[in-house]
Amino acid sequence: MSKKTSANTEKTPEPAHGSPHRNAAINARLTADEKIALHRKMVRIRRFEERSLRAYQGKKIGGFLHLYIGQEAVAVGCCSLMSANDHVITAYRDHGHALAVGMDPKPLMAELYGKATGCSKGKGGSMHYFDPSRNFWGGHGIVGGQIPLGVGLAYGIKYKGLKGAAMAFMGDGAVNQGAVHEAYNLASLWNLPVVFVIENNGYSMGTSQARSSAGELAQRAAGYDMEWGQCQGHDIYEVRAMMDKFLTLAREKSRPSTVEIDTYRYRGHSVADPDNTYRSKAEIEEYRRTKDPIQLFQNQLLSEGVLTEALIEQIDTEARAEAENAAEFAEASPFPTVDDIQQDVYWEADNPSERKSQGRLFFD
Amino acid sequence: MPVITYREAIRHALAEELERDANVVVLGEEVGQFHGAYKVTEGLLAKFGPQRIVDTPISEAGFIGMGIGASMLGVRPVMELMFWSFYSVAFDQILNNAANVRYMSGGQISCPIVIRGPANGGTNVGATHSHTPENILANHPGVKVVVPATAYDAKGLLKASIRDNDPVFFLENTMLYGEKGEVPTEEYVLPLGKADVKREGTDLTIVTYGRSVLHSLAAAAVLEKEHEISTEIVDLRSIRPLDLDTVLASVAKTHRVLVVEEQKPFCSVGSQLAYMIQREAFDELDAPIHKLATIDAPAIYSPPVEVEQLPNPQRVIKAALQAMA
Ligand SMILES: Cc1ncc(C[n+]2csc(CCOP(=O)(O)OP(=O)(O)O)c2C)c(N)n1
Repeated sequence: MSKKTSANTEKTPEPAHGSPHRNAAINARLTADEKIALHRKMVRIRRFEERSLRAYQGKKIGGFLHLYIGQEAVAVGCCSLMSANDHVITAYRDHGHALAVGMDPKPLMAELYGKATGCSKGKGGSMHYFDPSRNFWGGHGIVGGQIPLGVGLAYGIKYKGLKGAAMAFMGDGAVNQGAVHEAYNLASLWNLPVVFVIENNGYSMGTSQARSSAGELAQRAAGYDMEWGQCQGHDIYEVRAMMDKFLTLAREKSRPSTVEIDTYRYRGHSVADPDNTYRSKAEIEEYRRTKDPIQLFQNQLLSEGVLTEALIEQIDTEARAEAENAAEFAEASPFPTVDDIQQDVYWEADNPSERKSQGRLFFD
Repeated sequence: MPVITYREAIRHALAEELERDANVVVLGEEVGQFHGAYKVTEGLLAKFGPQRIVDTPISEAGFIGMGIGASMLGVRPVMELMFWSFYSVAFDQILNNAANVRYMSGGQISCPIVIRGPANGGTNVGATHSHTPENILANHPGVKVVVPATAYDAKGLLKASIRDNDPVFFLENTMLYGEKGEVPTEEYVLPLGKADVKREGTDLTIVTYGRSVLHSLAAAAVLEKEHEISTEIVDLRSIRPLDLDTVLASVAKTHRVLVVEEQKPFCSVGSQLAYMIQREAFDELDAPIHKLATIDAPAIYSPPVEVEQLPNPQRVIKAALQAMA
């Protein structure tokens, strides 16, 4: 199931009649419009990221830029199942999740540019997107560090008697962090409504899964008495079918689970990674050719008669325009000022009329 | 006024805040059925039940991180670290998440969490259990660091900490749990960042906090009696926010300063204080600022020697005499 070696380029033949998961209840009841919306979301993510890469190459963006290209079906599939009560937290490869929960590309691009109009006012950058109004709790730069927070979201849901579930995303490298295991234990011990989602793209930076992880990743959950599952992440129907099962378990039974979704990133770990040392060009090409999640879903929808070539073209044109508009917006936006540096550090510093403490909060 | 222990004062603050706000929960290792490793939470489980008083596994990174996540959703967790020394195990969560999340989200997310528990040395438990993390914690903008010295302060400051919308690290000195003090039965809350002049004097200002306040008070009595030195003692009560104004007012009165802290001396809270005092009150000073800290080595186990490694009244007297020379 999981990629064990970087040389694994085994072909998965395309099922003649499309995804066997198409008929899972959660997929069978999708309307044509909803299917198109799923496709559109994946295309928007890809075009946004391609545009951000160009901006990075044009030196408009600083720091790291971890692109999600190739993994789109995971974020879109999972987040398409969110109800108003569900919550999401993820790591630094967060553009896909942010767009999947419905954040506007303009402030996202502006954040990459370090502009005051960014979703985190230019204070977070690529790795630190947030939008609590959409139940999106970041964007976290420490590998695995977000997972206990995700358990905290689930704890909060349960404590406050709310209905939803939390999805806590991590990479295949993160599963080896101690904090993840502490989080698993707490979630299972306390029956918390959380789904741990391992997006297994086969690599953590330049280290293949084979070189970093003993055993099957999802199966580790069994040691914590948690349900677990694995699926292919290039097939959005499959992602949705499996996630629906585990989100339902969380929402209705308040039980956690761990799912491992096999996927792949086309680009380097970050754009600073030339990506010619730890995996072959052939491997990347092979995946792109046979398992591209957008291409596969598009073919599926063509065969279902939901998409037409003209509509595909239109969606793509709109997505490119949207990404371009986002870049223009970012370009035209102001940078934060030096005075802005010390805002958003303390709640009470930003709410001086309600300040209850005294003394100096900042030093020079 | 009733006289109760520092430990009881903290317990009363917890109970009152649990009573007042249903979002407040207490979580930590052994806080429930075992009544807390230092018995601070004794009786709370019986009163508030297992939903509010939650025993956690030994899992500092996990449960502190969980508390931070829950606080982002509006729960107000009060987390007990069995010893503050174990902050190192949860350091990533404390500093990367609690301290940063508000900033990195551009002010969209607040983190109203309190992390509290016993800190400091003096109980002969060696280097792993005697940390004084206030300088390391206070070095990070986005957090507050509170260090109460008396039962009265502990209660009033903990109540303020629980009501605060920023992450507050509340450092209780293990050696103070049994200390008694007057604590009113009526409700009161002390603002964070307000220093307290624990003793008035005219010749020397001792700026201090935590257990060193008690050592300084004991030393001041001797200095008065045997050396005719009148010492003013300023208890900071909180490191961030910091009340420098009260310190400067005292310096303007005495013109001499001794900083006493139960910290390692290098890059300490006292180092920063000395810098700020000389910068803002240089003309007031009649002598260099002196500083007394823990002797610069990991905490020694050997009981009689640990007493000498830490500030104690004799060491304070000696340092005060140097400051007066
Ligand atoms: C605690 C920590 N260690 C190391 C890093 C540097 N680092 C950033 S991403 C990464 C690889 C993580 O891989 P994985 O979890 O598989 O996620 P992916 O990049 O594949 O999405 C590393 C080592 C970090 N950010 N945090």
